[in-house]
Amino acid sequence: MRNVWIICRKELSSYFVSPIAYILLAIFAIVFGYFFWNSVGYFIFAGMEAQMRGSMFPMNINEQVIRPLISNVAVIGLFLIPLISMRLFAEEKRAGTFELLATSPVRDLAVIFGKWLAAVLLYGGMLLVSAINFAWLFRYGNPDWKPLAIAYLGLFLQAGFMLAIGTFISSLTRNQIIAGAVTFAVCLLLWVLGWVSEYDSTPVARVMSYLSIPLHFESFEKGLLSLKDAVFFVSAIFLGLFLTSRSIESLRWRS
Amino acid sequence: MITVQQLTKRYARNTAVDHISFEVGKGQIVGFLGPNGAGKTTTMRMLTCFLPPTSGEATVAGFDVLEKPLEVKRRIGYLPETPPLYPEMRTDEYLGFVGKIKGLRGPELSKRIDFVLDRCAVADVKDKVLGKLSKGYRQRVGLAQAIIHNPDVLILDEPTAGLDPKQINETRDLIKSLAGDHTIILSTHILPEVEQTCQQVIIINKGKLVATDSVNNLQNRARGAGSVLVEVAGRNGVLEFAQVQRRLEQVPGVSRVQFKHAGDNRSTFEVEGKSDRAIRGDLARAIVESGWDLNELRTAAISLEEIFLQLTSSDEANAVSSGSTTNGTEAASSEAKG
Repeated sequence: MRNVWIICRKELSSYFVSPIAYILLAIFAIVFGYFFWNSVGYFIFAGMEAQMRGSMFPMNINEQVIRPLISNVAVIGLFLIPLISMRLFAEEKRAGTFELLATSPVRDLAVIFGKWLAAVLLYGGMLLVSAINFAWLFRYGNPDWKPLAIAYLGLFLQAGFMLAIGTFISSLTRNQIIAGAVTFAVCLLLWVLGWVSEYDSTPVARVMSYLSIPLHFESFEKGLLSLKDAVFFVSAIFLGLFLTSRSIESLRWRS
Repeated sequence: MITVQQLTKRYARNTAVDHISFEVGKGQIVGFLGPNGAGKTTTMRMLTCFLPPTSGEATVAGFDVLEKPLEVKRRIGYLPETPPLYPEMRTDEYLGFVGKIKGLRGPELSKRIDFVLDRCAVADVKDKVLGKLSKGYRQRVGLAQAIIHNPDVLILDEPTAGLDPKQINETRDLIKSLAGDHTIILSTHILPEVEQTCQQVIIINKGKLVATDSVNNLQNRARGAGSVLVEVAGRNGVLEFAQVQRRLEQVPGVSRVQFKHAGDNRSTFEVEGKSDRAIRGDLARAIVESGWDLNELRTAAISLEEIFLQLTSSDEANAVSSGSTTNGTEAASSEAKG
């Protein structure tokens, strides 16, 4: 456990001494900031219009602002997560530092888990940026915090899953660009896999939609804590990290 | 300290290491010698638990590399061919990280960091970012990370590759000074390095063990030939080398005189004596009494390089033993470069 933390701290500090972390945070802040501004602006406009017409159309800040924004955060994550995870192992393999880790008295699992945890924490940093935006809603409005908290939990789980995929793919190559591109492709496929469920309900289609990320995220986005979906994400994270450990071990047999 | 028995590493198409056995005692420096691609790195990687052996076994400090990898890793310091540095880290930060993953904590860790910074002469760059260090410093920081947890065994893969001559000397001295506390295996394809730093040599070629012996024994084996190089100069500007040769052949105990080359009023001969008979005194007297100058008289010892070539390439072996010493050295060093 100590070793996990040592590896994690080292990974986090290498994110933050290189420009990657700042660039990712800046991209997220700008893009999400725009979405937020846009969404709040529309909410205010719709509210004033309803007031002028005198209609009693119910305005709900959770449903009309926070929920769409959360789904935007998820989509931005789809683009940024491969950029977070691509370097995890590929960089170590290229620089030869992997040999240092592999010949140190540290278990593979501690290395893998530490690296993955660092990536999740960096993603948490991005969510923190979005939380600053949401804080203004609490300052001037009166949204319900519980659905938002559950949505954040969902975002973490979903990102954890994609980062586990990214960690695995990064362990397969020495090239960060390849790792990033393949991770993006796999995550994008998992994202759209559920589309078949709209017109098809064969077993194959059902399996495909079961693997689809947004379908499992939907309930979190609504603010519902769904055990079934949480179990899906957690077990998928374990699968991803397990595959990574297999891949790391096979490196030794092959290289 | 290290026992290796019938160690083998086979890949899909080739066998990198083929049934190698050797032993290294505590506190020894052992040179692991072989041309590029001989299997040095693979053997070292098996000893450090980076690669699992296909068959055979290896134990380090009594622990098997397959069964107790964590115990082995705790007792080994390893410097791979390229020092495993994180370019974005500072030197002290890096040593701190390596110390921590090797299991050091708190005050002990900072004590060891200070110690290795000093020992490997990298204290003056402790605040610098590793990516900006020169090759010599990188190598020494690599060595510093290898010894940070005071391991029983040090495994160094070509520790002097790519350094300039001054740095090579410094690194060798450093390695030699580490020998008391640690058992060291270092690989190299540069022979003088082994002659200067190691007590024992393990020579491998194409994955097979060719020889394992002490450096002294190998050198003695090399001197066995006992031929002498003589350079003779004429006094009054004329020197008939055929005449000199004839005169040398008459010296008692001489079995063969071979003309090597002639320079400006000088000639060099390689003189072979009959078994173990001291011929140098007689040679010198004969030359001086004939009215020539004796410029040089030295043992034409075969260097380790030539033994190495003889052992590793049977084709070249004949060429080397019949060729001159200088040619042999050149061939060996060009091999080492290539």
